[in-house]
Amino acid sequence: MPSEAEASTQQAGLTGLAGGSVPADENFIQLITADGTRVANPDYDRWVADVTDQELIAYYEDMVVIRRIDTEATALQRQGQLALWAPLLGQEAAQIGSARALDAEDFVFPSYRENGVAYVRGLDLVNSLKIWRGNAHGTWDPYEFNMATPQIIIGAQTLHATGYAMGIVNDGADSAVITYFGDGATSQGDVNEAMVFAASFQAPVVFFCQNNHWAISEPVGLQAHQAIADRAPGFGIPSMRVDGNDVLAVLAVTRAALDRARNGGGPSFIEAVTYRMGPHTTADDPTRYRDANELEDWAAKDPISRLGALLEAKGLLTEEVKAAVAAKSDSVAKDLRANTIKLADPEALDVFEHVYSEPNSALERQKDHYQRYLSSFGAN
Amino acid sequence: MTQMTFGRAINAGLRKAMERDSKVVLMGEDIGKLGGVFRITDGLQKDFGAHRVIDTPLAESGIMGTAVGLAFRGYRPVVEIQFDGFIYPAFDQIVAQVAKLHYRTQGKVMMPITIRVPFGGGIGSPEHHSESPEAYFTHTSGLRVISVSNPQDAYLMIQQAIASNDPVLYFEPKRRYHSKGEVDESIGLEAAPAMGSARVVSAGTDVTLVAYGPLVATANDVALAAADEGISVEVIDLRSLAPIDFAPLEASVRKTGRLVITHEAGQTGGLGAEIAASITERCFNYLESAPVRVTGFDVPYPPSKLEKHHVPDLDRILDGIDRSMGRRNSLSGLEGA
Repeated sequence: MPSEAEASTQQAGLTGLAGGSVPADENFIQLITADGTRVANPDYDRWVADVTDQELIAYYEDMVVIRRIDTEATALQRQGQLALWAPLLGQEAAQIGSARALDAEDFVFPSYRENGVAYVRGLDLVNSLKIWRGNAHGTWDPYEFNMATPQIIIGAQTLHATGYAMGIVNDGADSAVITYFGDGATSQGDVNEAMVFAASFQAPVVFFCQNNHWAISEPVGLQAHQAIADRAPGFGIPSMRVDGNDVLAVLAVTRAALDRARNGGGPSFIEAVTYRMGPHTTADDPTRYRDANELEDWAAKDPISRLGALLEAKGLLTEEVKAAVAAKSDSVAKDLRANTIKLADPEALDVFEHVYSEPNSALERQKDHYQRYLSSFGAN
Repeated sequence: MTQMTFGRAINAGLRKAMERDSKVVLMGEDIGKLGGVFRITDGLQKDFGAHRVIDTPLAESGIMGTAVGLAFRGYRPVVEIQFDGFIYPAFDQIVAQVAKLHYRTQGKVMMPITIRVPFGGGIGSPEHHSESPEAYFTHTSGLRVISVSNPQDAYLMIQQAIASNDPVLYFEPKRRYHSKGEVDESIGLEAAPAMGSARVVSAGTDVTLVAYGPLVATANDVALAAADEGISVEVIDLRSLAPIDFAPLEASVRKTGRLVITHEAGQTGGLGAEIAASITERCFNYLESAPVRVTGFDVPYPPSKLEKHHVPDLDRILDGIDRSMGRRNSLSGLEGA
């Protein structure tokens, strides 16, 4: 039986090319199996030994809430309230597990899909929706949440993360940086250049690759002929391959990587093996390029149901907890909807704002002329 | 006042900026021990340390992208692109990140990055070492673009670029690096002319000649040569390419009624087109003749044995002035020339 990725490669008509093959998806660090069994791991158990039952429940709630946000945002897009939405369905554990490992002073450089990370950083997700609605390109102060606004250019943010981390070294500070990107991004020059710079300057940066198996319609086999995590050691960067649908394992490896960064050990690379169960964005139709069976296989590895099964086995998923989680997602979704549909359009002259931080004669002239043009319609 | 070369003046300006602000860091290939291939950063790593004068891996997008991250953290990176033709791998980071982050974050994140680009030809270099890519960047919103033409401006404007909270491309005419001039190092930034201001280099009454960077010196020679033929040329050094300081250009064209623009970059979509169109819009009723462009050709920068044909020189610019003046010129008799 070929692995998923091999099968994808075959679909892409690329078999026979020289090179290795992507390893089986099960070849990774795992603490909770797909059916919800906690398995021991001598290397990584210590990183999560302090995790309490209450915290496990909190991670469960986080994952349920962000899945609900996805559902709500997708509905808002279908209703014309958003121009586009990029769902993270299936990637909840990768995002919650890694984000829960961060300290407040650590800095995040995300791509455009890290709504789960943003939620953990304390952002009101209506800020994210505002971006997808088209009100602004960025809607929060990165320094307030220590999280940059979404990056659309694939992989560009990994260099920003590395540069920021070089600044941390120069400042003699002990915080760390994490940057999120996908499997497709690992083909970009910038991601590779970021790893060169990070290794050269021993920058405290964690490269967090969510290998969700698909770059729009292109399977991971088209980007990689061996495990993505195997590339980093070639740059002098240690890497870990983790079950990205296992929130506890993701938490463990991210804590290990951040600890290395904070203690002068330089960069680390994490490949979280997960799966994008929905489309790339709401503009996309995955039924055109992927097999329904593949989705079914991954549904059995769902990050939420497996933690739910573990909690159930531990007697933690009480009726009371279920009700509290449901109430929380209901209220988040309700607020999100209410606050999104009442968002006013930006003002006309906002188009000229913040291009420069200092006066710019060319732009001021254009703004002045447009203002006069608008005024020519009389008071309105 | 001190006599110094153009290159030395930039070095002195960089030093001043680094002394003034500990957040100023220099980044680039070979800028440390070697002092850069043109020695512009000579001695700075020795005096400020390897954490402030950073020899980087050979990856232009990497240099620019990490500079973005450093700026995010409050640094003021000064990036050296070794040669004009090497800027293209960094193009995405410059136009999609450096230029847009202030807009993208609604003013929350500043990008006070200075990008130093030795540009232009005339030194007999191989391919990719003599280009004039400035129009790509003047076309990009969010960037400021300047070009210096003499040691005094070079000294002051590098400091102004670094002090600016907006990203600035600083184009250095590499064939003038060894030209000497007077530099008054006692002039502080408060007393310096604004970075965006154009400068009337020599006054004249018959025709306005606009140049920047390496061709300002040529334009001066043109004015002297034209004077021998009884034509009074007003030479303007643009200094800022984005935004362009149109006020002195307008004033000059209202006086002379004629406009000639010269640059090394190819003609199509170049700055000459922008200046001709803008001055026509603003001064149509004052123009005695159509604006004239004397530029490089729309060809890849040619091999060095041919560059003397490509780069506008004194005679080609004088021919352009003759066209503007309606005197006999190389295109006389040609309809629509």
